Amino acid sequence: MSRTTSRRISARPPALVLALALVGLSLVVLPLVGLVTQTPWRDLGSLLTSPPVMDALRLSLVASGAAALLSLLFGVPLAWMLARVDFRGKALVRGLVILPMVVPPVVGGAALLFAFGRRGIIGEPLYDATGFLFPFSMWGVILATTYIAMPFMVLTVEGGLRNLDQRYESAATTLGAKRWTVFRRITLPLIGPSLIAGLVLAWARALGEFGATITFAGNLQGRTQTMPLAVFLALEQDRGAAVAMSLLLVVVSLVVLVALRHRWWPVR
Amino acid sequence: MAGLLVVGCGSSPDGDVVVFAAASLTDAFTEIGARFEEATGMEVEMSFAGSSALREQILEGAPAGVFASANTENMVPIVDGGFTQTAPVVFAVNAMAIAVPAGNPASVTGVDAFGAERLLVGLCAPGVPCGTAARTVLANAGVTPLPDTNEPNVRSLVTKLEVGEIDVGMVYRTDVQNSEEIEEVALDVDFNVAVVFPVAVLAGGGSRAEAFVEFLQGEAAREVLARHGFVLP
Repeated sequence: MSRTTSRRISARPPALVLALALVGLSLVVLPLVGLVTQTPWRDLGSLLTSPPVMDALRLSLVASGAAALLSLLFGVPLAWMLARVDFRGKALVRGLVILPMVVPPVVGGAALLFAFGRRGIIGEPLYDATGFLFPFSMWGVILATTYIAMPFMVLTVEGGLRNLDQRYESAATTLGAKRWTVFRRITLPLIGPSLIAGLVLAWARALGEFGATITFAGNLQGRTQTMPLAVFLALEQDRGAAVAMSLLLVVVSLVVLVALRHRWWPVR
Repeated sequence: MAGLLVVGCGSSPDGDVVVFAAASLTDAFTEIGARFEEATGMEVEMSFAGSSALREQILEGAPAGVFASANTENMVPIVDGGFTQTAPVVFAVNAMAIAVPAGNPASVTGVDAFGAERLLVGLCAPGVPCGTAARTVLANAGVTPLPDTNEPNVRSLVTKLEVGEIDVGMVYRTDVQNSEEIEEVALDVDFNVAVVFPVAVLAGGGSRAEAFVEFLQGEAAREVLARHGFVLP
């Protein structure tokens, strides 16, 4: 769509750049190698098909998928507001939206408890009125992972909106299109690559979420125990199972990240 | 890169005693550490976590000088693996307790609450000392627990009780004594278990780590431990 067509020339890197890049690469690759060397290949099949692992995997996929879609639903409008509307306190709002990326997830989880827990400012009236509880349920996992993942969507889409040539939208408006029509028919298709990038990043972050989830939603097999929680507890009980699950998480994430690479950042 | 490696290996004690202690020892050990520093002029660094997590860290070569575990199961692999400098000694004994948020909002009356469908029940995860001990107590009482969460360590369970997010949990008696926001519901002595806390000087801990373990068994430390609700051997 908005691909640049300038020809890319493969460059020969200066020796220092190459050396530092290799150190950087080894920093992310060596832990993976370590993981692979610890993998109990012979028992891999039985370890990964055990009921606790299947439960955790199913829950992880459902929760991270839901978190990505909720991030899309609420994050894109937020990104649009931040990119297009001038209002007082915008810097503060942007800071607040990005905060879950930098605050320790455990702190985020505790804060979620104080807001949406049974005694929380929203959670208590909600519980009194309906008996509905976020903590210790799958809804709690989805809420916690969305809280952590949504900033990735907002940042990515806001960047996409800022790089967008606004003349298309102006033209549509001039031709009489309503604001909602312009947003739906012009803006959204034009930022398609950013939407996909945001979805993938939010999903990947949600898949790996640990701290906010265990603090807010607790840990129970089949209900709130996602893959990262299962890995964390298995590390102390059954290292082989923990490593097998970690490997599965890594493979799933890597496949998605690599498969979508062309959609991710506009490829030059 | 070379600089990074030097920092990585250089974490052996440059005068500090590094103590790995079970999460349930947090309050008592913080106080004992301060007293030890006062008495000896040595610096203590404390790392509190679930005993099983600490065990794994030590087995992976974490530079700790002292390991105080909340049960013997987590000390055994440390001894068997040759990671200790001195044999473990029991320095404190704890018991389990039924804990509820202050005011007992769910009107919990006893151990049967752990099997009640309508209550929000919290336990430590199986394999964590407080989880293992709690399940033994419940088995003794003939109650099949229906937990809503299996917390990774006793502290996170206590916190969820304190903020009232769960109705009942099984923690250490010392946890109940040290928190104003939770209270104890009577638990039949016949069902309860004694939880022993062994401590050992780890290989490479040296004389400073030995000094801490010795201090731990001395008068000042025993006074602190007793005040926090531990029974002393």
